[in-house]
Amino acid sequence: MNILCAGLNHRTAHLDVRERFAVRESEMAEVLGRVRGIDGVSGAVMLSTCNRVELYAASLCPLRALDGFRAILTERAGLEAPLYHHDTPRAVRHLFRVASGLDSMVIGETEILGQVKKAYSVAADAGAATRPLHKLFQHAFRVAKSVRTETQITSGPTSVGSVAVELAGKIFGSLEGRRVMILGAGEISERTARSLQSRGVRSVIVSNRTYERAAALAAEIGGMALHFDHWEKAFADIDILITSTNAPHMILTPEKLAPLMRLRGGAPLFVIDLAVPRDADPAINDLDGVFLYDIDSLEQIASESLTVRRKEVDRCESLIEEHVGGFIGWLRSIHSPEGRHLTL
Amino acid sequence: MERLALLAATLCYLFGFGHTLFVLGSGRFHPGRFNVLAVALGAAAQGWYLSMRGAAEHSCPIGNLSETLVFLSWSIALIYLVIGPAYRLSLMGAFTSPLLLLLQIAALLLPREVRPVFLRPNPWVEAHAALSLVAFGAFGLACVAGLMFLVQERQLKSRRPAPIFHHLPPISALSEAILRLLWAGFLLLTLSFAAGWLAHVPIAGVKFWFSLLIWVLYAGLLLGAKNGLVTGRRKALGAALTFLLVLILLPVIQHLSTR
Repeated sequence: MNILCAGLNHRTAHLDVRERFAVRESEMAEVLGRVRGIDGVSGAVMLSTCNRVELYAASLCPLRALDGFRAILTERAGLEAPLYHHDTPRAVRHLFRVASGLDSMVIGETEILGQVKKAYSVAADAGAATRPLHKLFQHAFRVAKSVRTETQITSGPTSVGSVAVELAGKIFGSLEGRRVMILGAGEISERTARSLQSRGVRSVIVSNRTYERAAALAAEIGGMALHFDHWEKAFADIDILITSTNAPHMILTPEKLAPLMRLRGGAPLFVIDLAVPRDADPAINDLDGVFLYDIDSLEQIASESLTVRRKEVDRCESLIEEHVGGFIGWLRSIHSPEGRHLTL
Repeated sequence: MERLALLAATLCYLFGFGHTLFVLGSGRFHPGRFNVLAVALGAAAQGWYLSMRGAAEHSCPIGNLSETLVFLSWSIALIYLVIGPAYRLSLMGAFTSPLLLLLQIAALLLPREVRPVFLRPNPWVEAHAALSLVAFGAFGLACVAGLMFLVQERQLKSRRPAPIFHHLPPISALSEAILRLLWAGFLLLTLSFAAGWLAHVPIAGVKFWFSLLIWVLYAGLLLGAKNGLVTGRRKALGAALTFLLVLILLPVIQHLSTR
């Protein structure tokens, strides 16, 4: 018995190609049924995400399985499928790398593990996952967990929005019920506010020199508009301040902020300055309870996280290699005379 | 047997601290399970030691500074074991184990002869002593949480956080933990003072004023926090420095208590 992996991903195919081959969850059972109809294929699990479409199949004849799968995809998409493929043990290694986030566009991202679990669950429900595949995927989940806990591959956020979310989390804990004020209705501030909203921030106040723009953005993100002249009045009630105005001078200075901070009863304030030139004087970071991050520091953290993750890849690969050896050992054992007897 | 129990406790805390250093050094930042186990075993060994001393002295085993330090670190360990999992403050064990180890080593090195303290057993005196030490256990853990707050705050202020930043709890959670531990310690200390007053035992003036100073410092810290006058940073700094003062004054108070 061999494990075959065949598919296309973000490295081998552009998005407009990948989307042609994507398989929706509702179609998965039918496609899996067709794959299992290929001569020599005993079981199949199919992973279809925005970055990859991959088949994992247990097959006696991998090349025949590959041709059959290619034909199915080509027929569905109406164009030749640019597939890569791996046989045992590379297919096993590939799945372990995918589940661990090493093959992802952003190294170490964890969403892929949920997608692999979902793909396995769909195949199991459809009766398409046979014993070697059950074992393979259970092993892959263990590998992913081990890689995540024993290395720093998932360490740190990797985008400006996620950095802001993590920093806010490290200041306030849960973001549920926290209040955000946006000064200057820019695109990055909107994206950052949306990232924070996705983590539980409920109240967003938008203030802009042009009130209509503030009102439009507030309506779009479900917030409240405030005249720019009045933003200081709402200051005591907010937790996070995102600034991205076009002001030629700094609008947040220690002189202005110190008396306002006294009104906050010791509550911390997270200031995210996305403006260039900057809206906030770096000296406000020295005020007790104020945590200031500008666009450079946010991007720096995102970049450092990626560097840390890249450095961890070798450790991850070593861990994965150990598990590949373990799985291949098991696969061989079920084909030994004793093992064959046990698997009947 | 007593020495064996003390050595066992020290080794447990040493193991916990060493393992923490190794894990943090290797960049894994997950010392939790081993640390909790080390602290639990250390606390069990200390409990064994204290029960033997209690049986020998027929009173609360705080007859000398060594025993007092064992009792204090035992209190800190027990409170950590209770609140650690409840608060889910990751790496709290990593910050607690050095303090426990330090107190335990000091206890091991200090002379352990017991001088007779009371002419006849007085339950109020025992309650006063035990409550004080449990209160200082809570203050000790507030100090640990305070140090964690200061480290995490520094990471946030630096804008170039080190890897440990991702594994330390949010400063708001630490601030809340500090406040609750300070309140718990303060209430226990107040109760211990009430028990001391009910004991009707004359105490040295210096001990009285030192104890009052500590009580006033913690009361001021809590009052300031309640009125929003003390920010998270000052609260953390206050909790850490006041406990440091406690550790400095403890030998003096102990000396005056056993005179």
